[in-house]
Amino acid sequence: MSKGKIFKFHNDLDTDQIIASQYLLLPTIDEMKSHTFESLDPDFPDKVKPGDYVVGGENFGCGSSREQAPSVLKALGVQAVVAKSFARIFYRNSINIGLPVIVCKELPDAVETGDEMELSLTEGTASANGKMFSCTKLPEYMQRILNEGGLIASLNKEDA
Amino acid sequence: MGMTIAEKIIALAAGVPEVKAGDIHTVTLDRMMSNDGTTHLTVDMYHNKLSHPRVADPGKMVFIVDHNVPSDSPKTAASQKKMRDFAREHGIDFWEGKGVCHQIMMEHYVCPGELIFGADSHTCTYGALGAFGTGVGCTDLLYGMVTGTSWVLVPETIKFNLTGKLREGVYPRDLMLTIIGTIGANGANYQVMEFCGDGAKTLSVNDRMVLCNLSVEAGAKTAIFEADEIALQWLKERGREPKAVLHSDPDASYVREYTFDLSKIEPVVAKPDFVDALAPATEVCGTHIDEAFLGSCNNGRIDELRVGAAILKGRKVCDHVRFLVVPASQEVYLQALEEGLIETFMESGAIVMNPNCSVCWGSCQGVIGENEVLISTGTRNFKGRAGHPSSKVYLASAATVTASAVRGEICTADML
Repeated sequence: MSKGKIFKFHNDLDTDQIIASQYLLLPTIDEMKSHTFESLDPDFPDKVKPGDYVVGGENFGCGSSREQAPSVLKALGVQAVVAKSFARIFYRNSINIGLPVIVCKELPDAVETGDEMELSLTEGTASANGKMFSCTKLPEYMQRILNEGGLIASLNKEDA
Repeated sequence: MGMTIAEKIIALAAGVPEVKAGDIHTVTLDRMMSNDGTTHLTVDMYHNKLSHPRVADPGKMVFIVDHNVPSDSPKTAASQKKMRDFAREHGIDFWEGKGVCHQIMMEHYVCPGELIFGADSHTCTYGALGAFGTGVGCTDLLYGMVTGTSWVLVPETIKFNLTGKLREGVYPRDLMLTIIGTIGANGANYQVMEFCGDGAKTLSVNDRMVLCNLSVEAGAKTAIFEADEIALQWLKERGREPKAVLHSDPDASYVREYTFDLSKIEPVVAKPDFVDALAPATEVCGTHIDEAFLGSCNNGRIDELRVGAAILKGRKVCDHVRFLVVPASQEVYLQALEEGLIETFMESGAIVMNPNCSVCWGSCQGVIGENEVLISTGTRNFKGRAGHPSSKVYLASAATVTASAVRGEICTADML
């Protein structure tokens, strides 16, 4: 995956911070996305560029099952989320919508917001600040869903 | 090798004799629930993304409007209309304004042994009846609705041996906040929390719901009690039959074990902004509050309303506090009316609202302003969860919340 800028967030980052409850019933993800990370960094939707990365600590995406959380990140062009660990519903939702979520134990402590990184899903590596970090590979079943573009694309393929 | 209850439920749903943690299986879902938090997106995807749209079995689907009910804006109304129209068109059971989704599911649908997906993280509540309920997003829900199936990674199980009995004035809510504070906000991530032991037998189905409901705040995929005589009696009174009554085998494999002595649990709070920021309630006594909330899928049932009303009887809500009382369902509301609890709340100055998710999810009603403090029986206290990003939420039992509403600052019931 191409080089992109990092936006880094704290441990136990919950999905309410990614997209707050009051925006969830807006009609579309496109209408919601301008409120992404509003409580932490209201300028995030303007600053983030397609191909950038979100980096988190432990338990990224905990809390609510709102699929709007990975969806607004994807809609803003975030290329992948890299964290030390993920909360399970966020993790599963991300794969289902085709947003790569990568577990990498060392990278989050070695980078800051504004640094650049690159990711190789096939190699299972990430590089930033001149260092290479190894990432946990997705189980084959989940990698297949991701490769097919998400669960609905995969379903449509089965139905074809 | 023996299996846990959770593994047995997955094996049944997968149609295989045995599963083990780490396996991925295709399962047939027994039931699916979706609420107004995401269903409008599910319906949009159904119409716009599927090459072959269909509903495998409408009889397994339940749609519930509970998050923003009654609607608070034309856009909310439009999103809910989408959901309502879809349910009618496809013959899906539809509930609106009758209660918080998990309360409705427990009152009317959940049976022991079932595997249930809900597009809401607190679907883990259903373990109180020995069912495997887990929260998913709207894409998973859509896939399940269309195919009747899904994929499940079999989770490891953690055993929680409960011993002893809660002392008077200490509640299951205090116990579960203590457990989460002990193991951490990701202490059970991807895993099942199985509650067992003599202490479990002292807990009613209501109490078990309190424990299971909050398990996701420790990251759990679900939590579960075995369906014992207490659960089966509860089910019988509601005219339902179990799918399967399952027990963990003596040689089942657990990833970790904990023991909690219920008699040692004290009134506690979770401090802002994390559910595992545990503290004895006495440590934060004296903290000024602006609002108090008694309700939610965790703590808005008749047991908690009784606790609150007993404390409030003959007292007044503090002048500077808005005290919101929100029964978890109309069934609970009617019961509270019959017992005179609603009268007590109103006479004391509480605001009694219609059953919904209320301020627990920070939209809809009761939303708090800049720098305001809420003490809540809700599920979460994340930054800005109940309103303005600078506002704060303390989580506590119905007793501590009600006592604090009277005092105008955090205090325990025995301090009144």
